[in-house]
Amino acid sequence: MNNKVPNNRAWLLVLPMLVLVAFSAIIPLMTVVNYSVQDVLGPNARFFTGTEWFQSMLNDDALQAAFLRQISFSLIILAIQIPLGIGIALIMPKRGWQASAVLILITLPLLIPWNVVGSIWQIFTRGDIGLMGWGLRELGIEYNITRNAGDAWATIILMDVWHWTPLVAMLCYSGLRSIPEAYYQAARIDRASKWAVFRYIQLPKLTNVLVIAVLLRFMHSFMIYAEPFVLTGGGPGSATTFLSQSLTTMAVGQQDLGPSAAFSLIYFLVILLVSWVFYTTIMNMQKDKPPHGGA
Amino acid sequence: MSYKLENSQRGEKYNTIFSKISPAQRRNRNARSRWRSRLLLGLYLVLMILPIYWLLNMSLQTNSEILGSMTLWPQNLTFDNYIGIFTNSSWYMGYVNSMLYVAMNMLITICVALPAAYAFSRYTFIGDKHLFFWLLTNLMAPPAVFLLPYFQLYYSVGLFDTHIAVALAHCLFNIPLAIWILEGFMSSVPKEIDETAYIDGYSFPRFFVKIFIPMIRSGIGVTLFFLFMFSWVELLLARTLTATDAQPIGMIMTRTSTASGIDWGTLAAAGVLTIIPGILVVYFVRNHIAKGFALGRT
Repeated sequence: MNNKVPNNRAWLLVLPMLVLVAFSAIIPLMTVVNYSVQDVLGPNARFFTGTEWFQSMLNDDALQAAFLRQISFSLIILAIQIPLGIGIALIMPKRGWQASAVLILITLPLLIPWNVVGSIWQIFTRGDIGLMGWGLRELGIEYNITRNAGDAWATIILMDVWHWTPLVAMLCYSGLRSIPEAYYQAARIDRASKWAVFRYIQLPKLTNVLVIAVLLRFMHSFMIYAEPFVLTGGGPGSATTFLSQSLTTMAVGQQDLGPSAAFSLIYFLVILLVSWVFYTTIMNMQKDKPPHGGA
Repeated sequence: MSYKLENSQRGEKYNTIFSKISPAQRRNRNARSRWRSRLLLGLYLVLMILPIYWLLNMSLQTNSEILGSMTLWPQNLTFDNYIGIFTNSSWYMGYVNSMLYVAMNMLITICVALPAAYAFSRYTFIGDKHLFFWLLTNLMAPPAVFLLPYFQLYYSVGLFDTHIAVALAHCLFNIPLAIWILEGFMSSVPKEIDETAYIDGYSFPRFFVKIFIPMIRSGIGVTLFFLFMFSWVELLLARTLTATDAQPIGMIMTRTSTASGIDWGTLAAAGVLTIIPGILVVYFVRNHIAKGFALGRT
């Protein structure tokens, strides 16, 4: 890791990638920046507005509400998925055909297109044709995701846990697999309890993968769009309208170029900021340990 | 004989000296805790499979059976929903379209990501850290942000409603992801291998293709798995950049809701068919993902 050779010709290896990413990231992003400071009224009528759109977006009540919903959603699913994922990884079989079978089954939800995930849960939770909706009704529980905001929230969280816990579990599982058997032998000789093995051997070894898991889960949950859109359509009312949906409604539905561009940039910056703060905090906490990984 | 016996008993002897629990009790306790974790895992798997099973169940029923009564398994097994999809080109072309742009994206991404990841893992060059950080920020960009500019960009260069447009758009998050994963795997290959190969007279391209790529085979497999996963499941960009010729299956599925109600059977069958490619892909990489999921960073 530390013996990299200084060589500026390495730019040649990076160049093809750079051209492609520039085409699909820099040009569009510049378009967004461009729109965010202008009022576009027609093909030839545009005015420079400065930070006006940014101010109006930051003070928009609906967006603030969507932002709070988004934050609470991300925190709730992180609080459920991370411990659950670790737990599942700990009880997954380590070898044999069962290990392969469990692996394939567990990864399954990750590979289903996001809108199909929405459809699966929409069907599953319907009172008339869905197993869960029907079952709850038979048990005498009032359950309706199109009318009751609490039910809609619970269902979306359940859906996200169903959909994404496998990612956390798989990351932890591969982290656990890399712990040498000698560590466990030493622990057995010391008569370490199961909890002590987890706390002092497994958890420290999982730190790296857990950082990746938290970052990935935070980022993806913050951008969530297709699943709640298909399942609840953001309703009832706007109880489950998250940021991406607010943005697409504004940009595509209402064609408000300026405000939605300003909103886009704020949205992007928030994700960047949170990820960066989280990453640097963790890395500073681990400073005295030898560094792992490349990024 | 006696020596062998002693050797096999050594473990138990060890236990009896140091602990108050007898070996039999210990074995019993271990067996019980193993059964408990098996049970918990089984429970989780059953709960996880249930929604998918329900989709499969519905796809094998007629609409009248779906709406008419609650049946835990199909009473009159029917494959009409699947036959309907496979005989209608506007339906199955959706799958072809999706697979085409996913395959294109995987090919483009891996071709440009391999050399770039090698550069990041082996050399320092002006601006390398900034470049790497900027790449990772692209992973954090919400697709919704790029919706409108993409539409305008691809429309203006005449790529709108083509497979390549979606493939290029998915490069936004797939190239940074691929470089990030591959860099981790490449950094775990000792640098001495490169040096030895160069001393032996290998040119860079030959070394890269003949020696280096085979060494990180499982890393490439895992990378392809992730590329497939994120390109296959994404719909927001794919939907925006296509109209009719390259429409992904996810978009065609919305067609099932008509004025006379939703065609649940066809919707469920189409959903089941979108899961199958995923199962195939996991099956092929099952021996690598366990290690590779940590992205070479454990």
